[in-house]
Amino acid sequence: MPHATASQTIGPYWHLLEDKDWTDLTRFGAQGERIALTGRIIDGDGALVTDACVELWQASPAASDQWDGFGRAATDKQGEFRFVTLKPGPVPVSPGGKVMQAPHISLAIFARGLMTHLHTRVYFQGEALNAQDPLLCALPDTRRGTLIAQEQAPSLWRLDIVLQGDGETVFLDV
Amino acid sequence: MTTTAFRPYAPGTQPLNDTPSYRSTGKRHPVQPLVALPTGQTATELLPPHFAAARYPASADLSRVNGQEAQGERIIVAGRVLDEDGRPLPHTMIEIWQANAAGRYDHPLDTHPAPLDPHFHGAARVFTDEEGRYSFTTIKPGAYPWRNHANAWRPNHIHYSLFGAGFAQRLVTQMYFPGDPLLELDPIFHATPDAAARNRLIAAFDIGITQPEWALGYRFDFVLRGRGATPFEDAA
Repeated sequence: MPHATASQTIGPYWHLLEDKDWTDLTRFGAQGERIALTGRIIDGDGALVTDACVELWQASPAASDQWDGFGRAATDKQGEFRFVTLKPGPVPVSPGGKVMQAPHISLAIFARGLMTHLHTRVYFQGEALNAQDPLLCALPDTRRGTLIAQEQAPSLWRLDIVLQGDGETVFLDV
Repeated sequence: MTTTAFRPYAPGTQPLNDTPSYRSTGKRHPVQPLVALPTGQTATELLPPHFAAARYPASADLSRVNGQEAQGERIIVAGRVLDEDGRPLPHTMIEIWQANAAGRYDHPLDTHPAPLDPHFHGAARVFTDEEGRYSFTTIKPGAYPWRNHANAWRPNHIHYSLFGAGFAQRLVTQMYFPGDPLLELDPIFHATPDAAARNRLIAAFDIGITQPEWALGYRFDFVLRGRGATPFEDAA
């Protein structure tokens, strides 16, 4: 068999796929602690990335017919994305396993100028499990914070994403 | 429970985010190396989003809007979604978007002075069947200019988004057409170093898919990452 198909950029016109309802993962009636997650995307010049596609996927809570675990948002003129979702619980290392990672959300960033999407994670400031999370523990102190969202107001979490340069977000080789 | 991780991409078969000939990559690619997960892939990477069929209706015909035929050359695109071991991916979502026959997207940011077509929108969603097969009908998209370099034109292409069986298999790509002279000039096509990997982005004309008196057929198979040879044992 051939190797996996090559990725190509999502380009500037991916909004033909956009459905604004997809920014709210609770739209099918899933129950849990509802939160908003927002942030902006910044390039290596500090410019706002206004044409990105941000995809959110979380393995916790477990998927069901009321809960896809998946959302997609466009960045706006301020480079901002915004989701409404459920706060995840601890996520097993192995599906169904007992060894846990700290609660986190996966983000995939697609945009014109990105030939392949970038994987990153959003953790939550103040979670006790952060201190034992395998990924957070493996990162240097100077970079760990790029993955940890801060609570700006009750149930409103924020994490900015820097594609390149000072404060560059940790992107993952998955 | 044992879950097998997806194996790494073969060297050279994926494009580089730092591709200077594609100007928009300049300030958007990370300069720090990607960080490996110390545990290897976890539930977050190994599990997929759940798209209940009832909530995501499929639409396999882009060639008409409200029963009215779009302008251009009607085509059928068909193929399979497989993994690197040849295993089909059943019931997986494929999203599709493209320019119209004149090379214009139905998108507010596309200012190319080519006509919009009121009978062509250019977005659809299909799911693979039990054997990983998919098919849809559309209009062959036109080439269009972009401002990457002097006299730059994108080759004819259709955009795709696939989800697979775990988020680590996520794929967004573009399919090209055989014999397109613009391919050799296109920095996006050439961002993948391995020539064989690049050329697999080109669909094949297929007389077997072609329907008499109706539409030309093209075959295009998607290959998503295979599972590693070493099972990932639950540490619990």
